[in-house]
Amino acid sequence: MSVRAVPQPRRRAALMITCLADMFYPEVGERIVRLLRRLDVDVTLPAGQTCCGLPLFNSGYHAEAAEVARRTVDIFADAEAVVVPSGSCAWMVKHEYPGLLRDTAAAADAARVAERAWEFSQFLVRRLGHTTFETDVAGPLAYHDSCHLLRGLHEGTSPRTLLQNLAGAEVVPLPGSDECCGFGGSFSVRLPEVSTSILDRKLANLEASGARCLVACDAGCLMQIRGGLSRRGSPLRALHLAEVLKP
Amino acid sequence: MSEPIITTPLRERATQALGDRFLHEALDIATTKFIGLRREAFDNFPQGDQLRSRARAIKEATLQRLDEHLERLVDNIERLGGHVHFATTAEEARRIILDIAKRNGARMAVKSKSMATEEIHLNDALEAAGVTPVETDLGEYIIQLAHERPSHIIAPAIHKTKGQVAELFSRELKRPGIPADPEVLTKIAREELREKFLQADLGITGANFAVAETGTVVLVTNEGNGRMATSLPRVHVAVMGVEKVIPSMTDLAVFLAILAKSATGQKLSVYTTLVQGPRRPGELEGPDEFHLVLLDNGRIAQIAGVLRESLYCLRCGACLNVCPVYRQIGGHAYGYTYPGPIGILLTAMLNGPGSVKELSHASSLCGACADACPVNIDIPRMLIELRRQVDEQGIAPWPERVVFKAFARVLRSPALYRLGARIGRLAQRPFVRAGRVRSLPLFFGHWTRTRDLPPVAARTFQERWRDLSS
Repeated sequence: MSVRAVPQPRRRAALMITCLADMFYPEVGERIVRLLRRLDVDVTLPAGQTCCGLPLFNSGYHAEAAEVARRTVDIFADAEAVVVPSGSCAWMVKHEYPGLLRDTAAAADAARVAERAWEFSQFLVRRLGHTTFETDVAGPLAYHDSCHLLRGLHEGTSPRTLLQNLAGAEVVPLPGSDECCGFGGSFSVRLPEVSTSILDRKLANLEASGARCLVACDAGCLMQIRGGLSRRGSPLRALHLAEVLKP
Repeated sequence: MSEPIITTPLRERATQALGDRFLHEALDIATTKFIGLRREAFDNFPQGDQLRSRARAIKEATLQRLDEHLERLVDNIERLGGHVHFATTAEEARRIILDIAKRNGARMAVKSKSMATEEIHLNDALEAAGVTPVETDLGEYIIQLAHERPSHIIAPAIHKTKGQVAELFSRELKRPGIPADPEVLTKIAREELREKFLQADLGITGANFAVAETGTVVLVTNEGNGRMATSLPRVHVAVMGVEKVIPSMTDLAVFLAILAKSATGQKLSVYTTLVQGPRRPGELEGPDEFHLVLLDNGRIAQIAGVLRESLYCLRCGACLNVCPVYRQIGGHAYGYTYPGPIGILLTAMLNGPGSVKELSHASSLCGACADACPVNIDIPRMLIELRRQVDEQGIAPWPERVVFKAFARVLRSPALYRLGARIGRLAQRPFVRAGRVRSLPLFFGHWTRTRDLPPVAARTFQERWRDLSS
């Protein structure tokens, strides 16, 4: 894919940190802020963020999810661009918010926020047109497609473009890279044995790939894959894409 | 209710399946092979996506006027000398078929693979009425010998390794020492079955499509047994869900172009059998009597229901092969006739939302099923809809509902959310070892039994923001 950078006035982006990154992986948020600032993006963090509501939506609690969506839309209503570090949360905002808030006073805001929301890798590649970074992470690296990003947002290119253009690390293909890691939100604790068995398959594929580090764009997948690697005492790592790109 | 109520919890059924080494091996080999074949077939077929959309549009339009298409189908089949029966329930369908068997003094029925007859539990009813059902599809034959039920929509014995099949044949057919060689096994089944075809009074099949404009019932098969079941016995009974009617032969061409590719990666299946009523004067083969049983069994109510799209299903099985859950636990753990992602929707359609209280959660919502579906059925969306029904109708367990409502309350309030982080930090203290949480009590143990958890950060990102912005 070829991306053309067009000279633009200084960009602004509101970071939707997401509950998992906020609570468990704040370092991912910090990396994103440093990266975006280096690219001359004015990053803001609208106050009062909680969670996008995807866990409620996916479990069928739609009235509750709509209330969470409404307050999130309020928070980001004026954003020029919303950057989201997880494919699944980005999908929730882009694909489910407009439906949840249809026929409400927030419908127009929901549609606008949906249109302006970008998953992190997409924002770098498709919005900023910036595809070349360095890395200090020891490779080889292998990319795991998170389900919502790949099949929901049809985005498998941007993260790969960023990895392939990295100066300083080899990228190897991950067998079954488009297969689920077994996280699935509440699925991971409703059917923990099945979830783990799916994870085992992912980890076996990672080992077979020869990579030393798996890269993903979703905090949910990372929680699952890291959780599995560390429990098994594996020397392999799993990182968010933002942790691989040197700011 | 047409199916027995399952009492073992899904998690227990799934765990049992996970512990079956043979099942794991068989599933892994077969689904991986199916996935590869399907991908290859569509990679070499650039018009695939367009035809999939077209097929979906045909299904949509046909269901809008289902009554008209069915009327036309019935008229044409009757004109050809066939009989059409309409069954509202599984029980009614069984009765219709038993009546046909009784009128013809049938003692044995050869069957070609049919999920519709599985759905109505026909074999048990036939046996109880003194008619011996003989499954003639190799996979179905295997599971009938094993006294099991299909674990896949198109590959009913997918859960068995060839070694297990060899053992089964040796034991059940009293022919010890049969080798685990698919070719030998197939030959043996063929020998055993050839005789049955000649003895049987009744041929019972399903149907992949029925073409309204011509009264043609279409069967898509690979082994040739379907064609023998429709032509050798005196009477042929086809059982088909009402949603399988399609308007025209032109439409049929669209479906045939994508069905086998989705199912097995074949361009076309080996046999595409078009049945038009009973044998006509001057024809050499075909039955004296032809019956089509049109089965409702909850389908018609869903034309205007949330599961509408599941009526587009062609029963190709592609969504099973790609489903990470199905690939781990196989079909039997689902507990009902139709396994896999589409099976959950069909189970809800046949047995109501109560039957999928647990099953609707047997999906990580990864979306691989929707991607593989030849008619683009949005299975994850309907699974979420079912979960919603289960919650809203109070079928979900009350502790779960309390937890989710409390969780929603926290997410609506930044203050409670911050408090949640603080409580998490305090509560996790006894469980953090070397920077990770290795075991947690209660419900959280479901995660930590097999996976570590990161601790709640000493300072959340939002708490760090002030430092970052200065």
